[in-house]
Amino acid sequence: MRPGSAPARGRSTISGGYTEQMAAFHVTAAPLDVQAVAGLVTRDSDGAVATFVGLVRDHNAGRAVRWLDYEAFAPLAVKTFEQIAGEAAAQWPDTRLAIHHRTGRVAIGEASVAIAAASPHRGHAFAACRYAIERVKQIAPIWKHEHFEGGEVWIEGATADPADDTARAAALERACT
Amino acid sequence: MHVNIRLFARLRELAGAAELARQLPEGSSAHDAWNTLVAEFPAMKDYGGSISCAVNEEYSRLSTLLRNGDEVAFLPPVSGG
Repeated sequence: MRPGSAPARGRSTISGGYTEQMAAFHVTAAPLDVQAVAGLVTRDSDGAVATFVGLVRDHNAGRAVRWLDYEAFAPLAVKTFEQIAGEAAAQWPDTRLAIHHRTGRVAIGEASVAIAAASPHRGHAFAACRYAIERVKQIAPIWKHEHFEGGEVWIEGATADPADDTARAAALERACT
Repeated sequence: MHVNIRLFARLRELAGAAELARQLPEGSSAHDAWNTLVAEFPAMKDYGGSISCAVNEEYSRLSTLLRNGDEVAFLPPVSGG
């Protein structure tokens, strides 16, 4: 997946520290900028760009969360994002994804992940965006270390298996309902 | 043969290190590397049914045979997003 070759519409509104050379698939300790992420994949033939921003919330499983520390196996995470984008492009032709994920300490209310899905059609943009976050949660080699009032705990979700078609089908179903 | 083992999240904490260099017999698989880790760090045993592994930064099956100089990473269940 590559950002569109035509000039992106959103470039003039790019804010923060991002540059136009920023990769579509990225793991970073720096704050995320969803507007810039959208600008990486949007081109003149698109009718829609759907974005998703995951936030660190102040509670989880009855615990008062103070902050999250994210750890990633960055090179494999980037390859995983590329795989997810390839899956989405196969499912929704002409749809492009950008996925950026934070590492390190992320405060309550800050963005942990930013995803943009651009497409000529809004239906495909929405679906691809939802699919991408479901797949990130399933297979990206990234971990939350939750610091809460009174302790800390590693959050452990799914066993990552990019070749698991059952998980992939579940993500697709969530994206399309 | 010589392999580099990389560990993440709670596995890293259980080992007290993010990277370990180990000698394994020729013909060892990623699963064999995992078994040597469990022998060394028994608390990792609970993860036997739930880890993923990556060889040279690519997701791989535990049955993958390792070669001299390979890097094998063991990943506890993930929680990104």
